[in-house]
Amino acid sequence: MTFLIQQTLIYAVPLMIVALAGVFAERSGIINLALEGIMIFGAFAGVLFVNLTQQAGVFAGAKEAGNWVALQGFELLAMLVAALVGALFSLLLSFASVNLKADQTIGGTALNLLAPALVLFLIRVIANQNTLQMAEGDAASWFMIRKSTLGIDRSTDLGFLGETFINRVYLATYICILLFIVLSIILYKTRFGLRLRSCGENPQAADSLGINVYRMRYAGTTISGALAGMGGFVYALTTANCASTGDVAGFGFLALAVMIFGNWKPLNIAGAALLFGLFKCIAASYASIDINGDGAFLLAEIGISPHFYRMLPYIITLVVLAFTSRKSRAPKAEGVPYDKGQR
Amino acid sequence: MKQSANGLLSRDSTKTVLASLISILIGLVVGSVIILLVGLADPDLSLSSAWEGIRLVFGGLLSTGRDAAGALTFGFNPTNVGNMLFRATPLILTGLSVAVAFKTGLFNIGAPGQYLMGTAASLMLALGIPSETVPTGLIWCIAFLGGILAGAIWGCIPGLVKALLNINEVLACIMTNWIAANLVTWMFDGSDFRNLVENTKSGYIYKTSYNGVETAKLGLDKLFPNSQVNGGIVIAIVMAILVYILMTKTTLGYELKACGSNRHAARYAGIRDKRNIVLSMAIAGGLSGAAAALYYLSGNTEFFWSTYQTLPAIGFNGIPVALLAASNPIGVVFTGCFMSMLDIVGLQLTNLTAYNEYITDVIIATIVYLSAFSLVIRMLLSGRKKHKTAVSVETASAAGPVPAEAAPPAEAGGPETDGTEEKGGEAT
Repeated sequence: MTFLIQQTLIYAVPLMIVALAGVFAERSGIINLALEGIMIFGAFAGVLFVNLTQQAGVFAGAKEAGNWVALQGFELLAMLVAALVGALFSLLLSFASVNLKADQTIGGTALNLLAPALVLFLIRVIANQNTLQMAEGDAASWFMIRKSTLGIDRSTDLGFLGETFINRVYLATYICILLFIVLSIILYKTRFGLRLRSCGENPQAADSLGINVYRMRYAGTTISGALAGMGGFVYALTTANCASTGDVAGFGFLALAVMIFGNWKPLNIAGAALLFGLFKCIAASYASIDINGDGAFLLAEIGISPHFYRMLPYIITLVVLAFTSRKSRAPKAEGVPYDKGQR
Repeated sequence: MKQSANGLLSRDSTKTVLASLISILIGLVVGSVIILLVGLADPDLSLSSAWEGIRLVFGGLLSTGRDAAGALTFGFNPTNVGNMLFRATPLILTGLSVAVAFKTGLFNIGAPGQYLMGTAASLMLALGIPSETVPTGLIWCIAFLGGILAGAIWGCIPGLVKALLNINEVLACIMTNWIAANLVTWMFDGSDFRNLVENTKSGYIYKTSYNGVETAKLGLDKLFPNSQVNGGIVIAIVMAILVYILMTKTTLGYELKACGSNRHAARYAGIRDKRNIVLSMAIAGGLSGAAAALYYLSGNTEFFWSTYQTLPAIGFNGIPVALLAASNPIGVVFTGCFMSMLDIVGLQLTNLTAYNEYITDVIIATIVYLSAFSLVIRMLLSGRKKHKTAVSVETASAAGPVPAEAAPPAEAGGPETDGTEEKGGEAT
């Protein structure tokens, strides 16, 4: 059960934060199809930062001394870099869709094509292979929080909650959850959030009240890019051992599905992300899931093909959308370039 | 004389072509700049190697390798041209697939999934029907039609959920892509179609020539010696012409386009919009299936069957092909050839320089990005000519290749794996 919860969280948290990234863009009126591409680029930037910093030996002393606080700071720094690069990359989308009034779907598709191509090109030049990894050690030994890192003896039993949420976890997971809560409050309870949302519903009305629609849309897309870039790095850190391969296995698109399934509302999105995380987790490790701890691997013993489990998240998405699509309500003005003179 | 030149310049189609050409040029320049930057930044690469890379980006098709002194040589290279035509075949068809959907106001990002289903169906038919009893020509036809049918059925799914349940087709397409990728892996996993004869090849399906099935060469191999070209390119061009006739000369084509321009107005005019959405996606899927069938029935390509982690790049590259051609079926033939030329350029870069083939994907992405605002480029073109009226006409009809209807609720799009690894690599 501990394993199941931890694994589900690992998959659910990037989905959740990237889906929220989608919400910020769409609530401001820009369809951000490029989530996948921004994730790929953010993951690359974060991993490259980790790699270069390790090569420069900046945190080598901290690692030697087992100074885990410094190492967690290193992790946060990498997340920050990924977020910054993601935000910068998303400017390509905002420029095309806000200033040039280009088609947002195609602009997003272009970024989705560009990110893996550019990343793979650079990785090939930098690392001479198709993956960029950490310069030394692995993600677990550098960044994972364990009992031993906290100074607790390995054999102590922390109880169910402690074992699940303190042992063998990444700080990034909790930072993302915290950010998710804070940003949701900003979106709903502050003046900025209200203005942002108004630009996605009725930009003409917003403009007539003195809100700069262009600036709001830039803000929405940039926040979106930062979150997606960070989500990409968190995904690479927690599921891919901090390696960048120019691929995030379609997580950006799953996040879009989560966003639509969650009806563009943070609380629903959190629930949807957990559900998808669970199915992703089952698909990834169905053979080693021991639900009630009796040593029997139920899912593996049913004898269903692993291919079916891998297909499951996508089939569920379609089925769930089939049931919810009639009720879902997108921001009204999303995808429509804002034209001041339009009546 | 001057007048006719002006008339030609102010024509919509001329401007579209010009806008595409400008996009291509900027794309190539961006690729060159990246090569230059990398060449300057990387101590292992010198400026002269960057210059070689840039020359290959622009003239890779004509590259004939290196001479004894190690300098790049250029000239007519029939092998490259033949290979370009061979690789253009599936690209033209997936480009047509995306273009047909565009005309109906749908964004068919499901081409990779339809392509995979077409691959599976045509390979199973081509290898499964015993060639001792059935003539190979007939098997080829059955497998070709089977591929089209499988693609069409797979294309129907997003069409159906779009028409009946109002699920955004982009999202549905992406989901069906991944379902197809897993399904195809599942179908071939443990099957007898895997190449168990040759060592280390069990990850691949047999070439169809194993069962004696391969596309007729039609003498093209004499024209372009040592290349993989075959009659498939002729079939692709014929299909492009057929799609052109369908879209411009028939009632069905008119109804499809009417749905694309304004679904509600079309319904008001008595056109069955739901049927047309499903039909359009079925045609699009069938074309993607045909792309797969022609690629794998050629007899010298192998399919990497454990494909559940990657989607075929050919499917996604149909999107830039269609966009660049502004969804014109005849234009797709040319842009398909251009895209496959970039493929060849990428190969030349990998083989002859320290750079790798991914730079061509960067070029393609740049071109797509530019085509997103080709409208702006076209307006600039018109503005420069000071044709005030042309501008207003242009903006009025400026829906471009894109669905004019404001994008509905859901969305998603773009390749997860992009044109990175071509798992169905061709071993000659």
